[in-house]
Amino acid sequence: MQRLYLDANATEPMRPEAIAAMAEAMALPGNPSSVHAEGRAARRVLEEAREAIAARFGGRGRDLVFTSGGTEANALAIRGLAAGRRVLVGATEHPAVLAAAGSDAEVVPVLADGTLDLAALEAALKAGGAALVAVMAANNETGVLHPIAAIAELCRTHGALLHLDAVQMPGRLPFGLGPADSLALSAHKLGGPKGVGALLLRPGLDPAPLLTGGGQESGRRGGTEALPAIAGFAAAALCPVPEGLGRLRDAIEAGVRALAPEVIIAGSAAPRLPNTTSLILPGVAAETQVIALDLAGVAVSAGAACSSGKVRQSHVLAAMGFGAEAASAIRVSLPWNAPEDTEARFLAAWGAMREKLAARKR
Amino acid sequence: MSLPNQPIYLDNHATTPVDPRVLQAMRPFWEAQFANPASAEHALGRAVADAVEQARDYIAELIGASAAEIILTSGATEANNLAIKGAARFAASQGDPRRRIITLATEHKCVLESVRDLAREGFEPVILPVGADGLLDPEVLRAACDANTLLVSIMAVNNEIGVIQDLATLGAIVKEAGAAFHTDAAQAAGRIPLDVGEIQADLMSLSGHKVYGPRGIGALYVRRRPRMRLAPLFSGGGQERGLRSGTLPAPLVVGFGEACRIAAIEGLLDSGRIAGQRDIFLDKLRAEIPGLVVNAEAAPRVSGNLNVTCPGGVSAQAIMAGAPLVCVSTGSACSSAEVEPSYVLQAIGLEPAAARATLRIGMGRFTSPADAELAAASLAASWHRAASATDKASD
Repeated sequence: MQRLYLDANATEPMRPEAIAAMAEAMALPGNPSSVHAEGRAARRVLEEAREAIAARFGGRGRDLVFTSGGTEANALAIRGLAAGRRVLVGATEHPAVLAAAGSDAEVVPVLADGTLDLAALEAALKAGGAALVAVMAANNETGVLHPIAAIAELCRTHGALLHLDAVQMPGRLPFGLGPADSLALSAHKLGGPKGVGALLLRPGLDPAPLLTGGGQESGRRGGTEALPAIAGFAAAALCPVPEGLGRLRDAIEAGVRALAPEVIIAGSAAPRLPNTTSLILPGVAAETQVIALDLAGVAVSAGAACSSGKVRQSHVLAAMGFGAEAASAIRVSLPWNAPEDTEARFLAAWGAMREKLAARKR
Repeated sequence: MSLPNQPIYLDNHATTPVDPRVLQAMRPFWEAQFANPASAEHALGRAVADAVEQARDYIAELIGASAAEIILTSGATEANNLAIKGAARFAASQGDPRRRIITLATEHKCVLESVRDLAREGFEPVILPVGADGLLDPEVLRAACDANTLLVSIMAVNNEIGVIQDLATLGAIVKEAGAAFHTDAAQAAGRIPLDVGEIQADLMSLSGHKVYGPRGIGALYVRRRPRMRLAPLFSGGGQERGLRSGTLPAPLVVGFGEACRIAAIEGLLDSGRIAGQRDIFLDKLRAEIPGLVVNAEAAPRVSGNLNVTCPGGVSAQAIMAGAPLVCVSTGSACSSAEVEPSYVLQAIGLEPAAARATLRIGMGRFTSPADAELAAASLAASWHRAASATDKASD
């Protein structure tokens, strides 16, 4: 049986364009820092990729730093720009952002719909000195979009820097640096390869490096650039944002609600990524649901993939005010190439899963 | 003899081409097996995780470690940063009073810069000199290792002159002093046998793209017994036992693993064959360029390395410009756009003028005897042209 992969927020399937670009770049043996013909050819591919990605996200090539991925890009921005500033983070941020912000960071709560509490942010900005605000554009578990324009306006008013963790955003919705000061990107969340990401900076910003040595990336990030992966990143970034995922997601949600009125959809009152839904089936452990769906050939997750293995209570849902229900949420995230029969197959598997587990409960 | 009509790649210290077998092993993980290896909740994720763990076994086996001791990173630069900054910061956070960090003048820049970064955090860097042969005198190390010494970082093989340090002897001295021992083995893995037990290493950095694997992946060996403790450079999802967060790039990991598997089997064979190519190249070059000097010639070196200083007041840049299809370098690739004379060569006693007349040649697994011969002929012809131009200019 063909498996149904609905865990795109953990990682997107690779775009064929990215695979092709990587295969081509793989044929170039040179190190982009070498001065010979091979090195120069590699350098050209690297710089073209840099320009293409920067342009796609509304910045300049010279302000784009390649990293090993979203986690490093977030850490570089937050640790590298925080000197002399208080760090403010949203309560539903990715662990990479929370860890980079450190234990001294001030946590800004979210509303019940998962969006950032703007009044709380304003109060926090007013309360102290210069700040760095780090928030995600889109949440990895619920797909909830923070009101970025309003957040940026508050930051501007109070002289705060704004870092956006945009890892989940591109590839799902058109997006760019806009009024923010920095933007963290991950290739494998937009159909590119794992092992590469980027930090796009507003012109003039220069974060202190995390990795030193070699002088690559204008001294902002040492290490030989991961060239074939970077070429794949650029190719994937240039792919059009898929259409129709929102309709498919809405159909799945309507189908689930029709099957089980008790289901709660976390964050459904807020603007969300079109590919993501967080389905709470009260009383049934998320892990049990995920295992049952996996056996039925459907890949979903109980939350963030990161270090999983063990399923922990979601800090995202807890921050939105969920109690015991938070342990019963599964994340369904549609990939760019979701097959046409996704709705029917998912609902069949989900319905059967619920029947079986509900019967066991009785 | 005809000159090359397509590039000959002799810059294997900067990066090695990806072995076709490695590419083949990686391919499925870009396509059908694309899942996140941390997605243990579904079958696709678990299959990828299995492949990652198999690769981790291969990496560990190459250096005599166990898989649980391998932390995957984005490359050797990150591994070196993590080893040096991580060890120092963790020890300091636990109230360890020791502050001295010892390394060599000829280390890779990322080691030297990591140590320099730590100086700003209150640590005491000690940069030891090497001899004219590029080797560290064990007695110099012994004298430097005092009770205040926290960490010693010594590269296994130098990236410019190919010199192999006697790590077993040096490691014993470090351990006697009670310090932690780190070695940057990026240029050594797959070229010389490496055994973390024999070396008594607590930390060892490895790179994928120096062993015919992909770029963007490396590893840090972190000893388990007794346990070597580190502070992470950045945190997040808690992957790699919390020492290195971030989604594991499964295709790159699998490629790195395959490259290590091949290196463990074929490394010694490669080394013998490459030595043959090196001899062809050097014999030809010496015959054509009287007065050619091979730097650190007396020291044990990896077989693919030649670091040669040309006579006649001709710069390496001029020789390379006259042989554009031969891909060699003047020194470390990293920031090679800067054309300062190499600090490694200065550390072994070369005058700046001699350093500027020096070429780094790195032969590899895919260098053929014909490549070696053609490249030598082409470089020699270029040297002759440049030397006679220099003569005329000085007439």
